[in-house]
Amino acid sequence: MLNIPCPYCGPRDETEFTYGGPSHVTRPELKSTDLEWTHYLYHRENTKGPYRERWLHSFGCGRWFNVLRDTTTHEILKVYLMGEPGQSIESVR
Amino acid sequence: MRAPGPYRLKARADAAPVEFRFDGRVVRGIEGDTVASALLANNFRVVSRSFKFHRPRGIFSAGVEEPNAIVQLHSGSHTIPCARATLVPLSSGLEVSSEAGWPNVSFDMLRAIDFMHSVFAAGFYNKTFMWPNWHVYEPFIRKLAGFGRAPTGPDPDRYETWHAHCDVLVVGGGRAGIKAARTAAADGQRVILVEQDDYFRGDASSLANLENVRVLPRTAAVGYYDHDLVTLAQTATGGGALRPRERLWLVRAGRVILATGAIEQPLIFSNNDRPGIMLAGAALKYLRRHAIAPGRQVVVATNNDSAYTVARELRRAGVNITAIADSRECPPDELMREMMALEIGVHAHCLPVDTKGFGALRQVTIGTLGSDNNIRSIRKIACDALLVSGGWSPTLHLFAQAGGKLRFSELSRTLEPVADHPKIEIVGSAARASPGEFGKRLSPVCNTARQWVDLRHDVTVSDIELSVRENFTAVEHIKRYTTLGMSVDQGKVGQAPGIEVIARTRGILPSALGHTTFRPPFVPATLGTLVGRSVGELYAPYRRSLLYTVQASAGALFEDFGEWQRPAAFPRAGESRGQAMTREVKQVRSGVGLHDASPLGKIELIGPDALEFADRFYINNLKTLKPGRARYGIMLRETGIIFDDGTVVSLDEDRVLLTTTSSGAGRVAQWLEEWRQCEWPNTRVVVVPVTDQWATVAVTGQHARAILDRLKPECDLSNEAFPHLSFRATRLLGHEARIYRVSFSGELTYEINVPAHKGSELWAALLEEGRSFGIAAFGVDALLHMRMEKGFIHVGADTDGTTLPDDVGFGKPAASKQTHYIGKRSLSLPEHVRPDRLQLVGLTGGGATPLPVGSHLRLAHSGDATDGWITSAGALSVDGTPVAMAMLRAGRSQMDQIVTVHDGGQIVTTARVVAPLFYDPTGARMNA
Repeated sequence: MLNIPCPYCGPRDETEFTYGGPSHVTRPELKSTDLEWTHYLYHRENTKGPYRERWLHSFGCGRWFNVLRDTTTHEILKVYLMGEPGQSIESVR
Repeated sequence: MRAPGPYRLKARADAAPVEFRFDGRVVRGIEGDTVASALLANNFRVVSRSFKFHRPRGIFSAGVEEPNAIVQLHSGSHTIPCARATLVPLSSGLEVSSEAGWPNVSFDMLRAIDFMHSVFAAGFYNKTFMWPNWHVYEPFIRKLAGFGRAPTGPDPDRYETWHAHCDVLVVGGGRAGIKAARTAAADGQRVILVEQDDYFRGDASSLANLENVRVLPRTAAVGYYDHDLVTLAQTATGGGALRPRERLWLVRAGRVILATGAIEQPLIFSNNDRPGIMLAGAALKYLRRHAIAPGRQVVVATNNDSAYTVARELRRAGVNITAIADSRECPPDELMREMMALEIGVHAHCLPVDTKGFGALRQVTIGTLGSDNNIRSIRKIACDALLVSGGWSPTLHLFAQAGGKLRFSELSRTLEPVADHPKIEIVGSAARASPGEFGKRLSPVCNTARQWVDLRHDVTVSDIELSVRENFTAVEHIKRYTTLGMSVDQGKVGQAPGIEVIARTRGILPSALGHTTFRPPFVPATLGTLVGRSVGELYAPYRRSLLYTVQASAGALFEDFGEWQRPAAFPRAGESRGQAMTREVKQVRSGVGLHDASPLGKIELIGPDALEFADRFYINNLKTLKPGRARYGIMLRETGIIFDDGTVVSLDEDRVLLTTTSSGAGRVAQWLEEWRQCEWPNTRVVVVPVTDQWATVAVTGQHARAILDRLKPECDLSNEAFPHLSFRATRLLGHEARIYRVSFSGELTYEINVPAHKGSELWAALLEEGRSFGIAAFGVDALLHMRMEKGFIHVGADTDGTTLPDDVGFGKPAASKQTHYIGKRSLSLPEHVRPDRLQLVGLTGGGATPLPVGSHLRLAHSGDATDGWITSAGALSVDGTPVAMAMLRAGRSQMDQIVTVHDGGQIVTTARVVAPLFYDPTGARMNA
């Protein structure tokens, strides 16, 4: 069970959170092609290593935020707010 | 000479006797005994039968690693399968039974299997019981294997789950663990010290008095999970009915200190499994703790120094040590001299090669190794106990579970950590292999079919050899093919020799081999412990309306609808649920009924952008929504799939009130929040779920207006002033009230919301005023039936994860809404505009045969396996005609076609395709 540092409440057990898939998925224009749109709907990166994802502190403050997590070790490299620019391993280290 | 076998040297004078039963026989132990020590003291040599060959087996160890003495415990209605006799403290009245053996462990007819052992090699079952399939044979084979018996009744015990945090978690209450705990405690850190046994080797009592230290005996650290979460399984002793039997701890520690010690490894030789053969360290523990001697004529076989301590202490206690066989060419001089002084003969460069005895051990054959490492000469020694020591493997299961890397070391002949773990410190004998030099552990290859590597699963050296011959050469493959180290053992006894046997067979170094995965739990934990209080009523959270008790006293039959416990119906004496539903429908259709709609989801959007925000979620245009009007709306996922439905009203210019399906309230609120926070953070709106703030009572039927009028609401109820699909925020019975005029049943309906705690007052008032109209409560069954007659969709029943608005007849509003809404773009994807999509239709059946929900439909001349299915069904309340709602391929263009209805693989009836509307087609009744 992960121990996730909510930027508003501090570290809490994973069971208090809801996973929200990858962060920084850009919603295309409505006039986008079918291919662009279905890519947005269904295609996700399955990264091995540092991965930017969204978490919701559903049994806590109810806020969404971003996490940079290493998918091989589960190490949480960075937690940052919704709306902040995407973080990478280079920006953390 | 007295009977051979183990015996108690001298019981403590003050030790109280404790009687228990083993396989029905009364056995007397003493206070402080474990089941295993009491059995040894009473000279029980055979305590179980082996897994595959039904060979007699005796007590082999004194701890968690016990592979043989696995027993079932009973006490009253309590039963625990798969308990290790070496860990169970004796208690008066305990019933213990061995898990294998027919008719019993001492005389097991199935031993016959052992004499055909060459047939039962690794993979035997997989290769043999293939025709017609494994499942034909499985029950018999399972019975042969002698598993524990699962209890049949409900578990009478109580279990708990605790969460704990500490700076330092110390696992293991040996000297090293106690020292580490004391150091951390002195430093002011919060410490938890756990020990799986019920006693500590060292002074733990002074620690227990410290405020910052929690000492947990009888507690095993069973798992090490992500982000350093350690689970502990704690067993309570004694206590009354209020006390939990076991407790699961979830501990988040700043630092974990492993003082988990080491497990002694066996030596591998022919017939190394006979009762009377025991780990040398176990014999020392039985001597020190229980004053038990392993036998009258004891032989010690070792590859290292540690067994000499055992020989020395046993000798000093007056036990006859016949010989020591040491596989090393030159055992240390000082040990040789000391043994000589004790008159114990040491045979250097010697290994046991075989044993004899039917039932229990009576002779061991010792072989002297030549310079080529083959046996040069043998010597037979009579004995009733053979103590073996193949060195010590540090207990690093938790380290490995935490992701720590291990590698086999040829020096210490065991697995050692390759690198440090940032959160784990290893101390004591878990940190270092036992001192001194290590000799050979495997006797030279001879009859390998009789050399056991895994006693628990009857895995022999020959099984491993066969596995390698058949090209299962990786350790993980060999483990699965042979069952080596599987299940409860998890690499405790025989991990290190197993690796050596595989390496020898493959002709490589053990360090080149790797090892199998150590999986939690380290020791078996009962399902009760893992589940804790989440059983029965507490299995999952449930919700009850504040009108629950009122409805219960009205005779409600409750049922789970999503997370809500709602009345399915209100059956009267002698009525079935179905009969009650039919009567309730008639009641509402011909008079008036009362229904608790409180679970209906209610969400308020507050802020200047509230209506604009809401408009982005519905396929319906909300921009034209006038104050006081209610609009039905459908919400989509971004994929265009129907997600939820409900009504929208505008309370004032910056307040919008949404209703959702009863089970969807949480989902929808979260969905709105996700978009607000992640996609549109600048929209000036807040999302406030208010479901629980309001009690909702629906009064339904032609007399609804007259009844509500008697309660004198502060608004005009006339059809002209307050038409269908409108809303009033008003006052009723002196309280704030929100009244909807909407209808799911097709009858004139007012859904009246009052503050939650006023719900029962409203319910009682409506019943009272409705009495002269014959008002009665109705349940969810009746409501769902009536909406089916009207063809109103029930999201999640008529729709599924593929249903688009057009599929259920809402294509027009979805297409005509010009402004953007979630899901809009997806509606024009090629797959979503195919003409042969499933579409909502109605069906009418002929005769009395019902149209079963879920049954498949086929059109005439169809080439497909299915053309759709029935989603809702029932018999019309007016004349009993079977009708249904269904999703049918290109359904709207199939009107008046006849479809066949398939249920359970057979055609059960036929039905005609009609429009999904069976009652009051003009809507005159709900608009009345």
